[in-house]
Amino acid sequence: MEEASPVRYALHGILVAAAAALAVAWVLVPIAISVLYAFSTPQDYYDPNKVIPIRFTLEHVRDLLALGASKAAFNSVVVAVLTIVLSFLLGLPAGYAFARFVFPGRDALKLLIVGMRMFPIIVIAVPLATLYIRLGIYDTPLGVALAHTAMALPFVVLVTSSIFAGVPRELEEAGLVFGLNRLGVFLRITLPLALPGLAAAAIFTFIMSWNEVFIASILTTLNRTLPAFILVSAMAAPDFIKFAAGFLIVLPAMVFVFIARRYLIAMWGITLR
Amino acid sequence: MRYRLLAEKLDRILPYLLIAPTVVYMGFFVGYPLVQGVKLAFFDEQGRFTTENVDYLLNSPLSKFRDALFYTLLITGIVIPVEFVLALLLAFFFNSFRFRGKNAAIYVTILPLTISDVAAGLIWYSMLTGNGFANKLLLNLGVISEPIQFFGWQNRDMELLAIIITEVWRSTAIVFVILLAGLQMISHEYLEAAEVFGANALQRLRYIVLPMLMPSIQAALIIRTLFALQVFGSVWVLAGRDIPVLAGEAFYEHTQMHHTGVAALYALIIAAISLSLGALYIRFFKARYLEAGR
Repeated sequence: MEEASPVRYALHGILVAAAAALAVAWVLVPIAISVLYAFSTPQDYYDPNKVIPIRFTLEHVRDLLALGASKAAFNSVVVAVLTIVLSFLLGLPAGYAFARFVFPGRDALKLLIVGMRMFPIIVIAVPLATLYIRLGIYDTPLGVALAHTAMALPFVVLVTSSIFAGVPRELEEAGLVFGLNRLGVFLRITLPLALPGLAAAAIFTFIMSWNEVFIASILTTLNRTLPAFILVSAMAAPDFIKFAAGFLIVLPAMVFVFIARRYLIAMWGITLR
Repeated sequence: MRYRLLAEKLDRILPYLLIAPTVVYMGFFVGYPLVQGVKLAFFDEQGRFTTENVDYLLNSPLSKFRDALFYTLLITGIVIPVEFVLALLLAFFFNSFRFRGKNAAIYVTILPLTISDVAAGLIWYSMLTGNGFANKLLLNLGVISEPIQFFGWQNRDMELLAIIITEVWRSTAIVFVILLAGLQMISHEYLEAAEVFGANALQRLRYIVLPMLMPSIQAALIIRTLFALQVFGSVWVLAGRDIPVLAGEAFYEHTQMHHTGVAALYALIIAAISLSLGALYIRFFKARYLEAGR
């Protein structure tokens, strides 16, 4: 490397900052604009000289909620919570088994679970609609949650297994030495240590279910989740309702991610330095 | 003594007991729909084989299958290379430079990971619509003299552009995250050793970084291709059926036309393309990976 002169050093710093700013702006500007438009008055929006609106109103979001979005949002929450409960009930033991036991067929089983997820979720939805009508769970949050669980389960297994693998085995062994049984070790040592990571995985499962639209719109007609409701209803509405709809879908996901951001990033295997 | 033996036996089957519920559940929710899907697509209500759905798909004037196949592959073929290059640049950038606020910048860059296709469609609609931010900004800067029309069936090419922008914006994040994680796992010792032996930056990239990043690249490409072939929400929001895609046609045939068999056929076609592309990626990258000497 050539000798770094102060000028060169400063220039380098500016270029790096500019590149980072560009990446951040590319993500943030569209989000900020859509939030601003969700609350801006029609006069400001239609005024060709007001690039950034300055007068705001809650009317559009209120209209959208009155049109049925509040019920749809409630359905979305019910579906997402059911999905978390179901996929963790099923997936957590499997994740623990993959993290802690050496047994014949371990890799093959893991591959099988991930491989089944390679089938697109669209395949799931259409035949399930017919089955659900027969079972009487068509158009119910439970029905959507059962399908969302199939979507989230491989993710839960993989992520929980890497979280459990991060808990030192020595601590568990110490617990066994001091007279706890397997279940006791899991409940009193492993689970508490894994909890932050598991919470992050749960939040991500929530977001996956909250955002999913194809399954939800095929498996419901009246009890739609929020994205399904908006896909069908808000698209015919005027622009402001569309902007408000975008805001309503994005908001919870962003809040959750903000709360869990450190663990979310760790979950994907990135160590921030 | 007998109790100990029992406990040991339990220990041996315990992992299988723990995994069984997941395998059974996934088996049911993949296996049953697949069998039923084939039934719905190729058999009539009396259980007789029929090509009625295939005929409709290929020959009916109502069917947009050919366009849907074309546009799905076109969108996949444009979006994935663009966001792959973008994500690779971003990952190299964040991996090689230190600066203040870097963690915050990474956090913002991965934000779209949590934004759904429907929401991303709505967000970009507000940017690109006639009175939207992009048009107003360009008008006021004097770059254009009248708004660029992105939406409406007369502007199909612009609608396609809006879809591509939205998809790249939304899903570069997932590729970026996987590649950044992969880069961070490459030990500095390899790079330092190469530097000692006189390898320049380009050689280090070619012979160390890229080969070691190959598993991450493969994972990112497979995941993104699977999702790109199912593209639906953003397209439906921005263009409706002006730009037909396979998943959108499945949705339309099922909910509007009540052609369950045709919808099932679309789903099977998407599954078939997904699986064959997935297999192709795995083959192609495995060969390259071995060749690079690992």
